[in-house]
Amino acid sequence: MKRIDLQYDLVVIGGGTGGPMAAVKAKERNPQLKVLLVDKANVKRSGAISMGMDGLNNAVIPGHATPEQYVKEITVANDGIVDQEAVMAYAAGSFDMIQELDRWGVKFEKDETGDYAVRKVHHLGSYVLPMPEGHHMKKILYRQLKRGRVEVTNRVVVTRVLTGADGAVNAVLGFDCRTADFYVIRCKAAVISTGAAGRIGLPASGYLMGTYENPTNCGDGHAMAYHAGADLANLECFQINPLIKDYNGPACAYVTGPFGGFTANSKGERFIECDYWSGQMMLEFHRELQSGNGPVFLKLDHLAEETIGEIEHILHTNERPSRGRFHEKRGNDYRSEMVEMHISEIGFCSGHSASGIHVNARGETSVKGLYAAGDCASVPHNYMLGAFVYGRLCGENAAEYCDGRNPLAVDEDAVEAERARIAAPLGRGDGLTPFQVEYKTRRLVNDYLQPPKITRKYEIALRRFDEIREDALQMSAANPHELMRAMEAHSILDCAEMAARASLFRTESRWGLYHHYVDFPERNDADWFCHSLLSKGADGAMSLRKKAVEPYIVAIDEQERTAYQRLRVAPSAAAA
Amino acid sequence: MTIAITPTQAPVAVDEDKCIAEKGCTVCVDVCPLDVLAIDLVKKKAFMQFDECWYCLPCETDCPTGAVQVSIPYLLR
Repeated sequence: MKRIDLQYDLVVIGGGTGGPMAAVKAKERNPQLKVLLVDKANVKRSGAISMGMDGLNNAVIPGHATPEQYVKEITVANDGIVDQEAVMAYAAGSFDMIQELDRWGVKFEKDETGDYAVRKVHHLGSYVLPMPEGHHMKKILYRQLKRGRVEVTNRVVVTRVLTGADGAVNAVLGFDCRTADFYVIRCKAAVISTGAAGRIGLPASGYLMGTYENPTNCGDGHAMAYHAGADLANLECFQINPLIKDYNGPACAYVTGPFGGFTANSKGERFIECDYWSGQMMLEFHRELQSGNGPVFLKLDHLAEETIGEIEHILHTNERPSRGRFHEKRGNDYRSEMVEMHISEIGFCSGHSASGIHVNARGETSVKGLYAAGDCASVPHNYMLGAFVYGRLCGENAAEYCDGRNPLAVDEDAVEAERARIAAPLGRGDGLTPFQVEYKTRRLVNDYLQPPKITRKYEIALRRFDEIREDALQMSAANPHELMRAMEAHSILDCAEMAARASLFRTESRWGLYHHYVDFPERNDADWFCHSLLSKGADGAMSLRKKAVEPYIVAIDEQERTAYQRLRVAPSAAAA
Repeated sequence: MTIAITPTQAPVAVDEDKCIAEKGCTVCVDVCPLDVLAIDLVKKKAFMQFDECWYCLPCETDCPTGAVQVSIPYLLR
């Protein structure tokens, strides 16, 4: 392994959505700043929005919604466990970001007067803005990276963030997944924007990369933040999504809902009042699947031809465009048949739920000089637009932080230890393959961690993960590509253990299916109206603690507080 | 222990008559998020080296000659 030494002011790890925005905004704040954007794929097509996005799910646009309304909605949808200041920082920046994206050339749906065509999908307010031509999103971001003169390094897998004697970030380590060259990048600050941890569980199809999330998003960022000493918040609040069965991508009720499509049971009847993804909605979905009324379907076959044509255009050209050929192969036409749906494997993703690397309203983690944005950070229900807004906050705040800071000496022993850890699988001739280690970990995650959660099952899982950790030291990699998979397998194991320990810590049930804990079936506000924080303890093991929910800045009244707990369609309404 | 190889049908197919990798084109290899495509150095054509596909389509969409065709992996189909 050749060693390559680089020096920058700011390193942004992950070039999907929030990352490019962080890099561009850091350069805007200080054009003299040396900024490097690192991606283990290629920033032209990396991340969750590789093929674009079909709409904004959380647009806060004057005349349609206010930041206060939005903060209320997200507070209620998360059973009250939110840092409202952090949600407000998103909401307050939402409209500016939409306008900036509009200037950059992103095409949003507008009505005949030129106003944004906002739709209602959430339970209380209207925040959904379709982007029928949203497939060009990555091109637009790439143009901004070029314009902002951001340096980009593709195909480098970052594995660790190092901190100096003062506890602040001073280097980022990784390797090239084609040459296995070892990278030591000294820096004053880093932004982690590595997306969801979407490769913890195994898809029902058994195809390793047939995940809901882009499988590159395997929890590298969660693992590197943990090993750097950062806090991770509410990891027991899993991400579980409704999806097209087997295809494992979004169906997508947000797009079809405003057109009249809805989630139905096998009788073609509506059973939930609101298709917006919350833990409670997923619990009702899960119950319907288990009941005699399952399976669950997306119902479009009652819609007019031109409506279905429009839906097809959006769903089959954006975000997951191969949906169209999946349906075609099965002869499943939206016009004549409902689309069978299922629930996804578990993951961590603040984009849809609420767990991740803990950040405050400035995008700062608990480690000095370390920031996080997007699906990997803890701001709930952030979606793509939240990744952009927090990318901007992280980029601007990190740029200011770098000002006047001098880089400190890097601990060469730690660098050498990481080099040896990365190099090890390449030197082994006949160990376990990364595929086997990853498959087994993820299969056990499905067997033991998929909710409903049961203490005994979680304890067995932890024991088995420990065994795999020992096995993982025997992994071999025949080439740099397999080395990438081997290092990812370590991240996946870290995330699986975090998911288990965080779940065992919160001895109550909350967030519907996301933390449906059979041994403690009731919500217990007296003891658990708080965040949970997971971090690396002094003994090197995972340690958990409670953190009080920050004082609300937007009051929630009693009627609103329970809005998301009344999602099941009342029997009389269903009969009507 | 020895390593065994299990063949699978690759979801990404490349039409070698249309592929212009011999002229230096590496677009599909460059854009794949999973880094599963490569250029066969003997044939000078792109091919799927690792069966780790997210059926996301940048390789097919960005190919300048329309040589790449992505199928949904059989296990999901």
